[in-house]
Amino acid sequence: MDVVPADILVIGAGGAGLRAAISIAEASPSLAVSLLSKVYPMRSHTVAAEGGAAGVIKDNDSLDNHFHDTVAGGDWLSDQDAVELFVKTAPLELTQIEHWGCPWSRESSGRVAVRPFGGMKIERTWYAADKTGFHMLHTLFQTSLKFPSIRRFDEFYVTDLLVDDGRCVGAAAIEIRSGRMMAFVARAVIIAMGGAGRVFPFTTNGAIKTGDGMAMAYRAGVPLKDMEFVQYHPTGLPGTGILITEGARGEGGILINKDGYRYLQDYNLGPPDPWPRKKAMELGPRDRLSQAFWHEQKKARTVKTAYGDVVHLDIRHLGEKKIDERLPMVRELATTYCGVDPVHAPIPVRPVVHYFMGGIHTDIETATLVAGLFACGECACVSINGANRLGSNSLTELLVFGAFAGRNAAAFATSHPLPREALVVSLARAAQARIRTLFEREGGEESTSRLRKLMTHTMETGAGIYRTRESLEETCEFLTQLRDRYDRLQLEDRSNVFNTDLIQALELGSMLEVAQAIAHSALRREESRGSHQRLDYPERDDSNFLKHSLAIYRGTEPPDIDYCDVTITRSKPGKRVYGDGAP
Amino acid sequence: MSDTVLLSITRYDPEKHSEPVFQSYTVPYHEDWVVLDALNYIKDNLDGTLTFRWSCHMAVCGSCGMMINGEPKLSCNAFLRDYQDKTIKVEPLDGFPIERDVVVVIDSFMVKLASVKPYLIAKEERALSEGEYLQTPAQLAVFKHYTQCINCLLCYAACPQTKLNEDFIGPAALALAHRYNLDTRDGGKKARAETVTSNEGIWECTFVGACSQVCPKHVDPAAAIQQTKISASVDWFKSLLQGNRS
Repeated sequence: MDVVPADILVIGAGGAGLRAAISIAEASPSLAVSLLSKVYPMRSHTVAAEGGAAGVIKDNDSLDNHFHDTVAGGDWLSDQDAVELFVKTAPLELTQIEHWGCPWSRESSGRVAVRPFGGMKIERTWYAADKTGFHMLHTLFQTSLKFPSIRRFDEFYVTDLLVDDGRCVGAAAIEIRSGRMMAFVARAVIIAMGGAGRVFPFTTNGAIKTGDGMAMAYRAGVPLKDMEFVQYHPTGLPGTGILITEGARGEGGILINKDGYRYLQDYNLGPPDPWPRKKAMELGPRDRLSQAFWHEQKKARTVKTAYGDVVHLDIRHLGEKKIDERLPMVRELATTYCGVDPVHAPIPVRPVVHYFMGGIHTDIETATLVAGLFACGECACVSINGANRLGSNSLTELLVFGAFAGRNAAAFATSHPLPREALVVSLARAAQARIRTLFEREGGEESTSRLRKLMTHTMETGAGIYRTRESLEETCEFLTQLRDRYDRLQLEDRSNVFNTDLIQALELGSMLEVAQAIAHSALRREESRGSHQRLDYPERDDSNFLKHSLAIYRGTEPPDIDYCDVTITRSKPGKRVYGDGAP
Repeated sequence: MSDTVLLSITRYDPEKHSEPVFQSYTVPYHEDWVVLDALNYIKDNLDGTLTFRWSCHMAVCGSCGMMINGEPKLSCNAFLRDYQDKTIKVEPLDGFPIERDVVVVIDSFMVKLASVKPYLIAKEERALSEGEYLQTPAQLAVFKHYTQCINCLLCYAACPQTKLNEDFIGPAALALAHRYNLDTRDGGKKARAETVTSNEGIWECTFVGACSQVCPKHVDPAAAIQQTKISASVDWFKSLLQGNRS
């Protein structure tokens, strides 16, 4: 087995992983960094983020505003000390990436421009037209090329974290092009592997978002926190699930039902006029908007299409010039993938799985319960997003907590010895057994594509926008069966070279574990809060559930669900008010 | 239009084949399917060994570049309906070694990209506490379209010069160097010039313009290279004049 030692191993080379690697390289150039990703860095899903990144820089705004918007947006499940740190650091991190060349859109004065976003009291979202994630990712990737201490391993699929006596000592990985198993040894490890939207059938997430990072931390003994909170973005294109940015509504776009009626006024988000108006109507938070769609559908006021029911997002009144300047990708995507030019016609949209508020349980320092193991970005749950993330907080989160993870891992690495190579190799060999069994199995009767389809279907029907005990129990039971059937999975491809059949099978394994964590956490949370809505428990229940859930791995058994306290500093849980009367 | 479509796809597994072969698959025809949807249909239903890269399915991650009926395309925005031929031919990107099936080895590009120093080399250092650099919308507009490159490598597949000289830095990387050179915050033009104006740099380009034609993001690398040539010539001429004066 090939062994690669380094001081710090960063797994995942999207926004958070790159930011972490750069922060290590800047602060401690003598520390060797191995940066692994199952794809090339510029393919990472940060690339698909569109609307922008929130950070206070304008005189009409304040850190307090950003704090309160975020905490209320998260239905008081965010840890407020983490939110305070986040809003304070956000402007510095956004300025830093500006200094690295990110082509932010500008005001005529030359200063960075900001746009309004849902659930935000003041416009504070920095944007690079509607390709913000793309520009941030490429800026970070290109900047990372400056640092000789960062050694990249592109297209390496990490299968397992290696843990010895409570300390993370490295990871086992497959070099995809050769099929070689490798052991990466490190003093400290950062997981920055993103979300798991592919657990659901209809998602904005790219094919690579299969929750591998969450699953491997979970298997290594780190709880997954608040996994029941899955964000549906209200505006995805039917069929493909391609995201139409909230920026479209930030710029003044409206949502109408089949009667041309701005239905959001019926869901405590109105009145509709004057428009645009912050924290109202189409600039309400994502959970409320997606839930409103569900009710409109029940009332048969949505529009039927071949790809399910839709409502219409109308931006025609912005005019061609503004659309081309601020929302060029929206126009390109709607035209290419829907045959609708939004300059001339409204865009059909429906809610689509977009983001995981939950993830690997970390503290405010991005540290996990396993010594030397850190996590940041969407795969982690610090938590700043609580029960519902506000649009444009996640790109900023990548930077803020990516940089912290880098610094904290560097401090850990400096004060801890390099693990013994022989030890790490023996752990990697043990981890390899699982892959070898899968790879060499004969006569298995299950296929990856079939099990994947069954999994995504049961997640949508049982653990979608609205849930019940019955629907969740059914999904939990079915997932147990699927994990059992997964042990009879048969690969078709026996090549060592770029074996995507094997990788997809391993990804499915990750997704089934993550799916179980979601469904069981959702079943146990008998209340409705933010994105987690129970028809059988329609109210928020602070006396019993103002807590983070923790899903704990138990091998082939379903997870245990435990809880820990939410950190409240200065915002007592209150009523979330949007529209008329919003604070 | 018939209700099925035939795809003829390059198959190559170095453990099995001495050279690439074609294999045909019949897939259902859907008006709004792209070639990538057809490939996924094959992978999920007909042949789990078919190997290709993809992720975003929205033409921004740059993973899924292939030759489709001989033209470099992103398979996620090449619609079946746009191919009237009986068979759609799917091959790996031209000009790159094949790793497996339609997956190519892009190591050379990654090296070329890094070689042009594609990052901001600040003209004036600025502390974070001083806030952002000022840059007007007009100043941004000068280089904005050169920032749109997704590294999909369609331009390398289209460029005749990359095949004549495999060391040619090529369209995407040179366009990116130009993007930073044009940025008002940047002072790294000289640092990049060594590579950009080397034997493998801009002068290798014969201005066929194929790169700009196939670019799915309208980056126009050909224009970037021509502008760099002019700028390099002016710089050279200036240095000559200054040399004469001293």
